[in-house]
Amino acid sequence: MTARGRGDRRLGLILLSPTLVALGALTAFPGLWVLWLSLQHRVPIFGVARFAGLDNYAFLAGDPRFWGAARTTALFTVGSVALELVLGVGVALALARQRRGRRLALALLLLAWAMPAVVTAKLFEWLYHPAAGLVNVLLGGRALNWLGDPALALPAVILADVWRAMPFVALLCYARLLAIPAELYEAAQVDGAGRLATLGRITLPLLARILLLALLFRTLDALRAFDIMFVLTGGGPAGTTETLTVYAYRGLFQMLQLGFGSAIGVVVFVLVMAVAWAYLRRGRGNAVAA
Amino acid sequence: MRRVRTNAADLLALGALAAYAVPFFWQLLTSFKPEAELLRLPPLLPSRLTLEHYRVVLEQSLIPRALVNSFGIAALTTLLALVLGLPAAYAIARLAVPGTRALLLAIVASTAFPQIATVSPLYLLLRALGLRDTWTGLVLVHTSFALPLTVWLLAGFIREIPLETEEAAAVDGAGRLGALRWIVVPLLARGLASAALLTFLFSWNEFLFAYTFTASEASRTIPVALALFPGVFEVPWGDIAAASMLASLPPVLIVVGLQRFLVSGLLAGAVRD
Repeated sequence: MTARGRGDRRLGLILLSPTLVALGALTAFPGLWVLWLSLQHRVPIFGVARFAGLDNYAFLAGDPRFWGAARTTALFTVGSVALELVLGVGVALALARQRRGRRLALALLLLAWAMPAVVTAKLFEWLYHPAAGLVNVLLGGRALNWLGDPALALPAVILADVWRAMPFVALLCYARLLAIPAELYEAAQVDGAGRLATLGRITLPLLARILLLALLFRTLDALRAFDIMFVLTGGGPAGTTETLTVYAYRGLFQMLQLGFGSAIGVVVFVLVMAVAWAYLRRGRGNAVAA
Repeated sequence: MRRVRTNAADLLALGALAAYAVPFFWQLLTSFKPEAELLRLPPLLPSRLTLEHYRVVLEQSLIPRALVNSFGIAALTTLLALVLGLPAAYAIARLAVPGTRALLLAIVASTAFPQIATVSPLYLLLRALGLRDTWTGLVLVHTSFALPLTVWLLAGFIREIPLETEEAAAVDGAGRLGALRWIVVPLLARGLASAALLTFLFSWNEFLFAYTFTASEASRTIPVALALFPGVFEVPWGDIAAASMLASLPPVLIVVGLQRFLVSGLLAGAVRD
């Protein structure tokens, strides 16, 4: 090894160390600590802190509220991600055909993505207002109680999340579409392929990889989602919008059961890692060509 | 004929996207509606516009203080993430550090960390360090959360800079750090801007940590203040609308004015191996 090579290695470690220390102290260490916390019975206000083994997990296994939250998380994730992908592709196709006003179009689209989720929640709370909400007025003056009706609350929350997150999917697909060479379409036209055939045989297959990536990102985000339901419905009505994250938060900071709440947090953690692992196995860590 | 048709299609798409943004514009309109007309619908349009809600929010609520907190915390987070992340990104992109691949994998994996899983240990940690309800505490946790993405983005942008430019600097006698300072950083301006924007937006928008680790107006950020916006007898929809618009100001400015950097950052963050 040359002197320069050795020097580079040492310099590299020096340059990396601040980041490694920060991530070690504030991400990796808490990541391990939460595992330890989840094995404890810990109620800080009463000064209770003792080892409980797998008690918290055993309790969760028979806890109907936990399984309800898991079901809600699953419904929320599947519903919002599916809608985001379908709508996102549609919007990307429309954007890619756009000749003029692309900047304005992107600004209108990304507006929803860029603002805080708490603002989104406030926007939709007002839109869903039973008496004075725009949604009910546009539905012809109905008096639906969107956020108060157990049958409507989860779809209402999903809709708000789709509004917020779809632009990200659309942007990814749009960028991929711009990279498809025009000759491909010309060749298809020469071969007499119709619009639908072109879409099904050329466009969608070329979008497949970026869609898989968008699927990963959005699934991870949906599993971790917290702000939108916490602010919009607080998990209600009757717990119909309480996801695992909201239940974990309530366990931690409202029931003040630090060990129990941490155990739910660990479950979310494991779910997220399982999804990411499944994706990496499928993709075999391939470069994602944009 | 064909041109007319493309123009019509363009307008139609823009119209559809404007309709998509209606939830935002509706709140914007609400923020200027007189109090008495808020709960009367239809008509859709108010009889006159008023600045009353903004006056109330700016003079009688904690929102201005929360805006200052958010701005300070987001700016410091951005600065810290870049100061820590740029050297690390350079090392990953250019220097033969052993275990770079494993390190990169760990960095990518940590972007998937759910906040809900680390919120309880971080709460205990910040409490033990006396950093609850302080700017410092939030800046630290926001930085640690934003750092993986910052490193990832910057490493990608550095790799795009041709190696020859740096080798030329080496011939001129500048060391590695000289090359980083005088060659890489100037060429990286666009990448730095993208990473800075995304970090700033993340910190500005972040809710769970800010909600949990703050307790008073000393450090409450704008999403927290908005979520806790008080109503005495009834919900002050007009004031909430005005506060929402103030909270959306930086994101809106970024989307409209700095869109190029935002888009390049988002795409680079998503589509690299």
